[in-house]
Amino acid sequence: MDASGPPEPQLYAAHEPIFPRRVKGTFRNLKWVIMAITLGIYYITPWIRWDRGPGMPDQAVLVDLGDRRFFFFMIEIWPHEFYFVAGLLIMAGLGLFLFTSALGRVWCGYACPQTVWTDLYILVERWIEGDRNARVRLWNERWSLRKARLRLVKWTVWLLIGLATGGAWIFYFTDAPTLLSDLVHGTAHPVAYITMAFLTLTTFFFGGFAREQICIYACPWPRIQAAMMDEDTLTVAYREWRGEPRGKLAKDEPTKSDGGDKGDCIDCMACVNVCPMGIDIRNGQQMECITCALCIDACDDVMDRIGKPRGLIDYMALKDEAAERAGAKPKPLMKHVLRPRTLLYFTLWAGFGLGMVVALFLRSPVDLNVSPIRNPVYVLLADGSIRNTYEVRIRNKQPGARSFELTATVPGPDGNPVALPLTLENVVGTVVDAAADETLTQRVYVTAPPDSPLAAGALTDITIWLQDVNGADRASKGTVFTGKEG
Amino acid sequence: MSKRPVTKKPDPETTGHNWDGIEEFNNPLPRWWLWTFYATIIWGIAYTIAYPAWPLITGATPGVLASSTRADVAAEIKRYEDANAPIEAKLAAADLTAIASDPELANYTANAGGAVFRTWCAQCHGSGAAGAKGYPNLLDNDWLWGGTIEEIHTTVAHGIRNTTDADARYSEMPKFGADELLEKEQIDEVVQYVLQISGQDHDAALAEAGATVFADNCAACHAEDGTGDRAQGAPNLTDAIWLYGGDQVALTDTVTNARFGVMPSWQGRLSEADIRAVAAWVHSRGGGE
Repeated sequence: MDASGPPEPQLYAAHEPIFPRRVKGTFRNLKWVIMAITLGIYYITPWIRWDRGPGMPDQAVLVDLGDRRFFFFMIEIWPHEFYFVAGLLIMAGLGLFLFTSALGRVWCGYACPQTVWTDLYILVERWIEGDRNARVRLWNERWSLRKARLRLVKWTVWLLIGLATGGAWIFYFTDAPTLLSDLVHGTAHPVAYITMAFLTLTTFFFGGFAREQICIYACPWPRIQAAMMDEDTLTVAYREWRGEPRGKLAKDEPTKSDGGDKGDCIDCMACVNVCPMGIDIRNGQQMECITCALCIDACDDVMDRIGKPRGLIDYMALKDEAAERAGAKPKPLMKHVLRPRTLLYFTLWAGFGLGMVVALFLRSPVDLNVSPIRNPVYVLLADGSIRNTYEVRIRNKQPGARSFELTATVPGPDGNPVALPLTLENVVGTVVDAAADETLTQRVYVTAPPDSPLAAGALTDITIWLQDVNGADRASKGTVFTGKEG
Repeated sequence: MSKRPVTKKPDPETTGHNWDGIEEFNNPLPRWWLWTFYATIIWGIAYTIAYPAWPLITGATPGVLASSTRADVAAEIKRYEDANAPIEAKLAAADLTAIASDPELANYTANAGGAVFRTWCAQCHGSGAAGAKGYPNLLDNDWLWGGTIEEIHTTVAHGIRNTTDADARYSEMPKFGADELLEKEQIDEVVQYVLQISGQDHDAALAEAGATVFADNCAACHAEDGTGDRAQGAPNLTDAIWLYGGDQVALTDTVTNARFGVMPSWQGRLSEADIRAVAAWVHSRGGGE
């Protein structure tokens, strides 16, 4: 390093503290409602009970990693049905495309956990340290007993919220009441404590300190969103043709609309002070803007007070800008929202949803997999008959033990199936008992008589059948029989 | 924060190297990189102190943590053996015929028996137990010395025709050709007879003569009807299964030079529980009686 040289370029942008001011209005109320709903769903869901019968978990939503089952109310997903989860993720992705192309960064502004928890943390901050001006003063103050006390109280409440957040997360993975009791008594699994501690600290850090930095630097979604937005997308914007030139207005001074020189913006900075991202919306579209619409509430409030029409800052589509500048009315919002692109996204989204619902109802309550044993491919018996061995896995997806009869058939010369001799390893007869909600693995022997086409041939297609002894459920799987030529 | 002025270094220092107008900057290493690099050096030194590291003539420095992967493996094996001790004791004490009907023992032998088989038996009998020429297929329903669980257990424990175990199963077929016990024509006749009783293509005239040869020389062990005698390990000659081949050439070779298959005794090499486990496993593979 050369001390006498020019200063090093700064490649690191230091965090600038943001002190969003309290705001009231339509969008603020909407955000409170959405916060209550999303946080309510998150915290309450693990505690909803759902009776599935004896021996089965009675938690409505449960990701049972140990037993590899996923429960969602009346639906139970096995690992081999993971495509339902993949389908849900695809639907979530398409849903984001739909909302983003229609309403811009509405996910970021209203529903994203980062936004919701940051909002909650700012609410706590405001309760404890006061509104914007008090917080700025406190920030600039030297450390004192009072400042330390306020900070300590704030951080404690934040940590408690973080703890509840991390705690609620682990309740989704095991029986919630049992785990809560174990957690309190200190007997829960270390993984539970570690996960809880980790999520508590990330919530504390992301919601309390990182806040908008996550959206600007860490999150990939804002980068992807640009590809989904176009001129019809609704976004939060400042009507600069109406607001400029900005400046203080004397009492009853006319603005442009009344034949004066000045615009409607009185440069009160209300929109800047309420912004949780620390930007000035009047500078136009910005990467940082999460379209939370709090600046709309702030500006509308000011416009009401100075007797000007609302909407200096408003949701609008950029396509209308030229028309508005010329003094024409903007198109109705619905005309922007309903366009081929959003309809296509909606069709795809609904198609996936319908497909999954249909697939869900077409699921069989039992199914089987058959793997021919290939070491050896066949066994020659003393009387010259040929025996093949199959490993059959029976998945009994019902909450009760069931008995199944196994049979094997081969298409006969007239096309009707002909039964083949079938025996089971270590089981007398051809009926097996499958425990509730379990996979049963059973070795099965199928024997072809000497000199039959099956025994003498190479590979013959056969079918293994499964029939519920006390019910109507039936499943089958095609496989091959290897003869002497195979 | 996007409003902050960007300070560009006006004239960066270069090393003076220049390739076709491309200059090499003399920028310092990023600090995080440098500190990470120092940290790896410290870590490396600490590691060689803590763990076995520096090679010496007959070994290596042991390291202050006295870590040994060999000891780890031994401890792990010991842990599994200790965990299996109760079930192995139960297996060793159990009635052989009761193993299959006890779910706990059946489950254990299905896994442990398979592991023992793949370790000690698969070399000759094949990893799928299907055997090979001279090594019996253990999946079929044809047994030289018997296919009940007790008989299989005896065969595994003592072996066949070995010289190490006094209780090994033993029998010896005479070398009818090599020791000139039969004329070459008689051998041809008896081979045709065996082809006949096993249901293969044969010369009826030679086979008729062979019947007498068989009755005089072979029936003592292989029985009058050729179905064999398990007490002597004499194979059934009327079925479809041949250990050394059932065609005319292979049968002539067998009668002329005889066969003498050997299996080692496992009694001293495997524990009683392991022998029982592998016997139960073989018995369960579809041919057990």
